Amino acid sequence: MEQERRSVIRWLLGGGFAASVASFLYPAVKFINPPDMPEASVNEVSGGKTQDLKPNTGKIVKFGSQPALLVRVNDTEWRAFSAVCRHLNCTVQYNEARRQIWCACHNGFYDLNGKVVSGPPPGPLEEYAVKVRGEEVVISRRS
Amino acid sequence: MASATRPEGLGWLDERLGLSALREFAAHKTVPLHSATVWYYFGGITLFLFTIQVLTGVLLLLYYRPSPTEAYESVQFIMTRVQFGWLVRSIHSWSANLMILTAFIHMFSVVFLHSYRRPREITWLSGLVLLGLALGFGFSGYLLPWNKVSYFATKVGTDMAASVPVVGHQVARFLRGGADVGGATLTRFFGFHVAILPGLTTLLLVVHLGLVQRHGMSSPPWSEGKKLAQMRFFPNFFLRELMAWYAALAVLGSLAALFPWELGEKADPFAPAPAGIRPEWYFLAPFYTLKLIPSHVWQVEGELLGLMGFALLAAWWVLLPFWASNSKGDVRTRWVTGAGVALLAYLVTFSLLGYFR
Amino acid sequence: MTARKTGLLACLFLTLAPLATAKDSCTECHSNMDGTLKAPVTDYVNDIHARHGFSCADCHGGDRNADDPEAAMNPAKGFMGHIARTAVPALCAHCHSDAALMHRFKPQQRVDQLALYLTSVHGKRLATGDTAVANCVDCHSVHNIREVKDPQSPVYPLKLPETCARCHADAAHMAPYKIQTNQFAEYRASVHWEALSKRGDLSAPNCASCHGNHGAAPPQVASVAEVCGACHVLFEEMYNKSPHQPVFAAMGGGGCTVCHGNHGIRKPGIEMLAGGGAVCAPCHDAGSAGGAAAAQMAGLLTKLDTALTQSDAVLNRAHDSGMEVSEPILRQMEGRQAQVKALVAMHEFQVAAVAKPVQEGLAVAAATRRAGEKALQDRDSRRVGLALSLVTILVTMAGLWMAIRSLESKASAVPKPAGR
Repeated sequence: MEQERRSVIRWLLGGGFAASVASFLYPAVKFINPPDMPEASVNEVSGGKTQDLKPNTGKIVKFGSQPALLVRVNDTEWRAFSAVCRHLNCTVQYNEARRQIWCACHNGFYDLNGKVVSGPPPGPLEEYAVKVRGEEVVISRRS
Repeated sequence: MASATRPEGLGWLDERLGLSALREFAAHKTVPLHSATVWYYFGGITLFLFTIQVLTGVLLLLYYRPSPTEAYESVQFIMTRVQFGWLVRSIHSWSANLMILTAFIHMFSVVFLHSYRRPREITWLSGLVLLGLALGFGFSGYLLPWNKVSYFATKVGTDMAASVPVVGHQVARFLRGGADVGGATLTRFFGFHVAILPGLTTLLLVVHLGLVQRHGMSSPPWSEGKKLAQMRFFPNFFLRELMAWYAALAVLGSLAALFPWELGEKADPFAPAPAGIRPEWYFLAPFYTLKLIPSHVWQVEGELLGLMGFALLAAWWVLLPFWASNSKGDVRTRWVTGAGVALLAYLVTFSLLGYFR
Repeated sequence: MTARKTGLLACLFLTLAPLATAKDSCTECHSNMDGTLKAPVTDYVNDIHARHGFSCADCHGGDRNADDPEAAMNPAKGFMGHIARTAVPALCAHCHSDAALMHRFKPQQRVDQLALYLTSVHGKRLATGDTAVANCVDCHSVHNIREVKDPQSPVYPLKLPETCARCHADAAHMAPYKIQTNQFAEYRASVHWEALSKRGDLSAPNCASCHGNHGAAPPQVASVAEVCGACHVLFEEMYNKSPHQPVFAAMGGGGCTVCHGNHGIRKPGIEMLAGGGAVCAPCHDAGSAGGAAAAQMAGLLTKLDTALTQSDAVLNRAHDSGMEVSEPILRQMEGRQAQVKALVAMHEFQVAAVAKPVQEGLAVAAATRRAGEKALQDRDSRRVGLALSLVTILVTMAGLWMAIRSLESKASAVPKPAGR
C-alpha cells in the first residue's frame, strides 16, 4: 500500500513536473526561433527598381500601414509623399499633365512640395525622404 | 577515494563548492507555525514573480528595439509574428502588476506581524528600497511599448518630478534625457529597465535575502514567551511554496491567454493628450490625491504641497522600525497596526477613487 | 521685439494716428443721441471701413469737420441723408468698382461686383425700381460691415445660407415672384450643410458656391453638371461620357440634379439604384435594359457592402477577444476605398465599370475575413494550450500536495523547534 502510494506520488509529481516544465519550455524555445519575416520595418520601404518608373510618373507604394505616392520628377529627381489626402483621406495620384498631385474625390491639387495648390484640402501632404541605392529606390521617413 | 562517479557526484561537488555547509543550514531552517503563517509565502511569491520577469524580459530583449520609430512596431511584431510572442509579452505585463501587488502584500504582512522589529531593521530598509525599485521597474517599463497611454503617463509622471523644489528640474531632465519626453527618454528608460534597476535589485536582493537567512523567520510579538511549533523549511514549507508558485503560474497563464495585454495606438507627441489619462494602478493613490489638492493652498502651490506630503509620509514609513520601538525596546504594536491599517485604507480607497473617477 | 519691428510699428502708428484722431463730427453728435440715430455709431465700431479711417460722411456725404449740424449735414456739401435702396449699389460701387482706389487698401480685392450684380436677377429687378430684392447691404449688412472671412459676417460661409434664407425662405416675401421657398430647409438637411456645419469644412458649397454671389442666378440646365463638376470632377467627366447626358439635355432636365436633387442632396447609397425609392425607376422599367443594368449594379454593390460588413464583424470579434488584428483592420480601408471607387464608377452607367472595383473590393474583404477567422482560430488554440498547461500544473500541484501529506503523516513527530 505504502509503496503504491509512493509510486503514485512519484508519478504525479515527476510526471506533472516534467509535463509542466515542458509546457513552459516549449513556447520559450519556439519564441527564440526567429520568424520568417525577421524585420518589422515601417521606416524604410522599397519603392522598386529605378527602371520601373519613368520620368514624370508616379506610383502608389505601401508604407507601413498607409499608402505613399512615389513620384519620379525627372531622370535624377524623386519625391515621395503620404498618399492620404488631408481633406477626406482619399488616396491621391500623380497628374502628369499638370506635374501636380491630384485627389480625385473633390479635385484637390498639391504641388511637388506637398503644398496645397487648390481645392478643399486644409493642409499639405507629409513628405518622405527618397534615396536611390544603386538600382533600388528606398523611401523612408524624414527624421 | 570514491570510485563510482554518480552517487558520489554530490561528494565531488561538495569537495569543490562546500555544499555540505549549505545543506546543514537548509536542514535547520524552520518556519514558525501560527494563525498567520500563510502570510510568510508572499515574499517568496514576489521573488518568484521577479524571476518570471527576468526570464520573460530576457526573451523580449531578443526582439525589442528601444527607439521611437521602432519600439511600437517591434512590440507589435512580437505580438503578431513571433511564435508565442503574445504569451511572453502578456505574461511579462501581467506578472509585473502581480509582482507589485504581492510586494505590497508582503510589506503589509511584515507590518501587521511586526517582523520589522529588532534585529531586522536593515531587512525592512532593504525591502523598502526593493519596493521603490519595483515601482521604478513599473514606471520605466510602462513607457517601452511607446503607445499613446504610456507616452502621456510618462509625461505626467516626469512633470510631477519637475515640481519637486530645488532639484525638481534637474531630476526631471535626468529622467527624460532632455527637456521633453522623447526618443532620449525611451533609450534612457530602457537602460534603467534592463541594466541599472536589475543591477541594483540584485544587489539589494542579496542583502535582503541574506539577512532573512541570517535572522531566520520572525515570530509575531504575541508569541514571545510561548514555544511555537516549527515547520521544517526543507522540504515541508518549500513544497507548499512550490504549490503557491505553481498556482501563480496558473493565474498568469490564464490572464495572458484570456485577457491579453493591449498594444494600443502608437504614441504621437504632437497629438493632444487623450481624455481621462491616468497612470497604472499602483500610482493611482498619489495621482488622485494630487488631483484633489486645490491648485494653491495659502501661498504654496498645491502640487508641491502634495509631493512634500508624500515625501514626509515615505520618510516616516521608512523609519518605522525606529519610531515603533520605545526606549525599553518594546514595540508599540497598537500604534504600528493602526498606522498600517490607515495607510492600507488610504491606498485602497484612493486607488479605487482614482480608477473610477 | 527687434529694432526693425519697433521702427515699422512706429511709422504705421504715425501714419494712422492722424486718421484715428481725425475729426468726425458725425460720430461726436450722434453718439449722444439715442435710438435709431445712435445705433449706427455703436455698430460702426465693428465696421471694416472704420478701421481704414472712413467716416459716415464718406458714404452719406456732408462735412465731418463741421460741428454745426446744419453745416455738417448740408446738401451743398453732398449730404444725402438716408440712402434710397435703389441707390445703394451705385454708392458702394463708387469705391468698390474703382480699381485704383481699392488697390490702395486691398490689391487682390475684385472690383467687378457691381457689374456682376447688374447681370443678376436682383440687380435687374432693382434697376426697374423693385425695392423688395436684395442689394449690397441686405447681405453684407450696413454700418457694421465685416470681412467675408470674419465668422460674424452674414456672408461668412457658415452664415450665408441663413442670410439668403431671410428672403428666400419667406413665403410671403417670395409670393409675388412665384419662387419656391423650401430651398433653405432642404439645404439644411443636405450633406453639404453637414460638411460645413459639423465638420467645419469651409470648402463645402453654400448657396453662393453654385449660384454665384453678386451675379446670383440659378445654374442653367446645361451647366448643372459643370457646376457640380467644379468639385466632383470625375463624376462630371463620367456623366458627360454617359448615355444620360444627351438624353437629359434633350429632356430639358438638369444633369446631376435629376437623380440627386439640387438643394437637399443626401448621402447617396445603393437604395438609389434599386428598391422602393430608386431614382432609376421613373424612367427605366424593371424589365428594360436600363432597369436590368440598375438592378445588376445594385446587386454588385450590395454584395461588396455585405462582404465588407461581415469581415468587419469577424475582425471586431477577434479584436474584442484581445487578438492583434490592426493590420487586417487597416487593410480593410482598401476595401472601403474600392467600394467608393465602385460607387463613383457607377456614373458611367455600365455594369462592367462597376464590376471591376467591386471584384477588387471583394478580394480585400475575403482576405481580411480570412485574417479575422485565423485570429479567432488562434484565440481558440491559445485556450486549448492554456487548458493543457493548466492540467499539467494541477497534476503537479496534486503531486506536491500528496507528497506533503505523505511526508507529514510519516514524520508524526514534528522535529524539535530550532532555538530562537
